[in-house]
Amino acid sequence: MITIIDYGSGNLKSIKNGFSKIGVETVVSHDLYEMKNADALVLPGVGAFGNAMEKLKDYEEVIKTHINCGKPFLGVCLGLQVLFTESEESPGLKGLEIFEGEVLHFPESVTAQGMKIPHMGWNKLKIQNECPIIEGVGPEYMYFVHSYYVKPTDESIIAATVDYGVDVPAVVCRENVFATQFHPEKSGEIGLKILKNFVDMVP
Amino acid sequence: MLAKRIIPCLDCDLQVPHGRVVKGVEFKQIRYAGEPVELATRYYEDGADEIVFLDITASHERRETMADVIKATTENVFVPICVGGGIRKPEDYVNMLRAGADKCSTNTAAIHNPDLINQASKVVGSQACVIGIDAKRRYVEDPKENEDKIIIETKEGYCWFDCSIYGGREFTGIDAIAWAMECQERGAGEILLTSMDRDGTKDGYDLDLTRTMSENLDIPVIASGGVGNPEHIYEAFIKGKADAALAASIFHFNEYPVYVVKEYLKEKGVEVRL
Repeated sequence: MITIIDYGSGNLKSIKNGFSKIGVETVVSHDLYEMKNADALVLPGVGAFGNAMEKLKDYEEVIKTHINCGKPFLGVCLGLQVLFTESEESPGLKGLEIFEGEVLHFPESVTAQGMKIPHMGWNKLKIQNECPIIEGVGPEYMYFVHSYYVKPTDESIIAATVDYGVDVPAVVCRENVFATQFHPEKSGEIGLKILKNFVDMVP
Repeated sequence: MLAKRIIPCLDCDLQVPHGRVVKGVEFKQIRYAGEPVELATRYYEDGADEIVFLDITASHERRETMADVIKATTENVFVPICVGGGIRKPEDYVNMLRAGADKCSTNTAAIHNPDLINQASKVVGSQACVIGIDAKRRYVEDPKENEDKIIIETKEGYCWFDCSIYGGREFTGIDAIAWAMECQERGAGEILLTSMDRDGTKDGYDLDLTRTMSENLDIPVIASGGVGNPEHIYEAFIKGKADAALAASIFHFNEYPVYVVKEYLKEKGVEVRL
């Protein structure tokens, strides 16, 4: 079973609906036991880094064990950002530290170029590295909404980027851990294809 | 770079089962266009980048009906959904987001209680807090005599923009540009800007209004009111500097399906998602 982690963040219904649409039943849960037994975990996220980390405290161990066991894991939006070391959004607070790197606010050079923050809307992927989660996905438009972006220390984990004044990592992956800065559940048919790619990796 | 967004808007009358989509002209005459869930699904399939549902009845009894419409829609529609009408408390935002919406738009409630924007943006995030502004031109003879207002020069003369509430039934005398800037400060993530002078006319968006708004804000502006053809949408992006364009009747009555508008824009060199 694929379990969507409910830690009190916004719209979980859409991601569940996305999986339903491709014929896959999922559970939305805040129950540790259910998470422990999950074949795959999905970590959604809307809101602030610090707030999310506070709420994730209870689940941190389960998430790390799941990942260390080699089971598929998908982080979405803030669910990507919390996988990193720390964030400018909440200084002094550690992330889950699955990946090494910082989460940064968009620099002033972005607004100076007349671009608005949050980065909200449809932006076109630039594929950087092969990754099973974006298999068969080309330079497609995906739906983004965020004010912070990640800067991984190891750039080889970046599978795709988008251009928004700076190169924004849009998909990161390493082994069984996958994460998207965009919302696949709000990115039309191509977003559903990404969910399908994830499902295909679940035993 | 971001693609320019095309957003169909469904004005919903929820007094019948499943609701019905209506279209007013200058906020008055009414035509029926179909059922909300059905229309939203068609627009999604046609390539809409986002869909807005406005509850024009906006009464408490209908809140559940709107949540049901959103639930049913998001089973098959995988683009962002914004809901407006009758959103008055942070809990209303939370409930709509739980039903599957991504954003909520408030107008009258935010003007009556601006703190709602601060509270809601803390709870659900700025990206979910859209402020709807219905603005009407007020012409003045001498711009110097109205220093408390943001006066712009248009080819029809000097004017400022008056915020209206209750779906255009009441005017506040609040300057729309200044109000939008305050909303941004308080945590709003986007402005849905409707020109009351143009709404329903099919004469094109109020480009002076849209451009002035966009130039004064760091958050995105959705142009609304007056669209009659794809060229108007092109103008909203190029001359009006809008980030997104909202339209209703050109989509409802199939004059210009979403993909036709997008193909037109692409040919003219506008970045759109096709």
